[in-house]
Amino acid sequence: MPELGKYATEVLLAYAGAIAVLAGLIAVTIAQGRAVRDRLRRMEGDK
Amino acid sequence: MSLWEYANPKKFMATSGAVLPWFAVAAGLATLGGMIWGFFATPPDYKQGATVKIIFIHVPSAMMAINIWAMMLVASLIWVVRRHHVSALAAKAAAPVGLAMTLIALFTGATWGQPMWGTWWEWDPRLTSFLILFLFYLGYMALWAAIDSPDTAADLTAVLCLVGSVFAVLSRYAVNFWNQGLHQGASLSLDKEENVSDVYAYPLWLCMAGFFLLFVVLLLMRTRTEIRLRRIKALEARARMTDA
Amino acid sequence: MIALLVRDLRLAMRAGGGFGLALAFFLIVVVLVPFALGPQPERLQDISTGVLWLGALLACLLSLDRIFALDYEDGSLEALATAPIPLEGVAAVKALAHWLTTGLPLTLAAPVLGLFLHLPAEGYLWLTLSLALGTPALSAIGAFGAALTVGLKRGGLLLSLIVLPLYVPTLIFGAEAARRGAEGFAVQTPLLLLAGLTAATLALLPFAAAAAIRINLR
Repeated sequence: MPELGKYATEVLLAYAGAIAVLAGLIAVTIAQGRAVRDRLRRMEGDK
Repeated sequence: MSLWEYANPKKFMATSGAVLPWFAVAAGLATLGGMIWGFFATPPDYKQGATVKIIFIHVPSAMMAINIWAMMLVASLIWVVRRHHVSALAAKAAAPVGLAMTLIALFTGATWGQPMWGTWWEWDPRLTSFLILFLFYLGYMALWAAIDSPDTAADLTAVLCLVGSVFAVLSRYAVNFWNQGLHQGASLSLDKEENVSDVYAYPLWLCMAGFFLLFVVLLLMRTRTEIRLRRIKALEARARMTDA
Repeated sequence: MIALLVRDLRLAMRAGGGFGLALAFFLIVVVLVPFALGPQPERLQDISTGVLWLGALLACLLSLDRIFALDYEDGSLEALATAPIPLEGVAAVKALAHWLTTGLPLTLAAPVLGLFLHLPAEGYLWLTLSLALGTPALSAIGAFGAALTVGLKRGGLLLSLIVLPLYVPTLIFGAEAARRGAEGFAVQTPLLLLAGLTAATLALLPFAAAAAIRINLR
């Protein structure tokens, strides 16, 4: 852990918030992509 | 071999599927590497202390927030002029990423502003412009979500994107006129004098590359999802036709 | 085109809604402000121009969805699209009709409502002038937003979400001109910028609105 001095809260908060937003976006993208891909596969398999 | 071949959804799916893993690895390495380098291996600034480390997220996300809108504008124009569906879907797929980048830029800016300027929020021109950009993204996405017919939605959002771009630029100047700001100028420019020092510049470049690659990866993934969704709709419509 | 304008104005009068409703809304907003912020004259005076501009803007927003919605529903918009006058002209006339029934009454009502907020004496002229210059832009931008959302069942809320960010520059220049006027500063710069903005939106946005209508009618 680096020495963050008196601004530790702010720096950690900024990193945590940004990473949370990015992780959320990535998770949603992957989950949606999977769901849609599986649905399409099932539909094309039916034919 | 021209660039327009990728406007064919099949071709796009094949190529994007092939390059996606490589881009994903590169994006992960650059983003994580840049953030870790920035967070663990840079010294605190003599004035700003450790808060200088926030720059490694703030600047790349702010850059992407603006550039993603520009990319959406170009994609919308290509759709309007050449009617390539992939282009319209790419613009749709980019919007949530742009929204997230704007949110990150605003949030990291607030956490930096709190200790440095003594306030979470200041009605400074740059901050205000980003807030307005955030609203533009919201309106654009809401319009996409509200219209059922995919081609109508693509056309109308393209028109909104064009008009919105003009008004976004106008708002930028209007806001400048309305309130002179606290925000510092460019952190990275070709003019060496006003740049941040190299200790911070290298991890910053890496982070910017990482955020850009991350956007490319997300954009490809989301566009692929949109194309598949469109295919599902087409299949459902065909099934209904044969039933009837 | 003039016939179309007259028809639209007549319809607006007969329906009665647009005309009175926007004014009543404007009045209510202005009346509510002292309840929220307290009756001290100095405080009200400080914010009077801003509140009047914001109130006029929101009142303008209320009647936007009527610009094209009724004509779209009963099919007369399709008739207009095939009529000999260009659709761009139709969009411009519709925006003009909206301004005549909303923007103009709001502009004329603003000085009266200014009394309630202790608007300084120097402010009346500039407030009225800035509203007279700015509200046409609000109508033109609003007509564009209405054209975008005309095909939607519940377009009202979406319309506000789309149009409000587009209103930012107009609001900034208009309110700034009125504020500077009320405080006795030079108003030329914001007023000229506001006039330029209005001229540009009036010239260009009917084209965008017509494009949106064509897409919606397809």
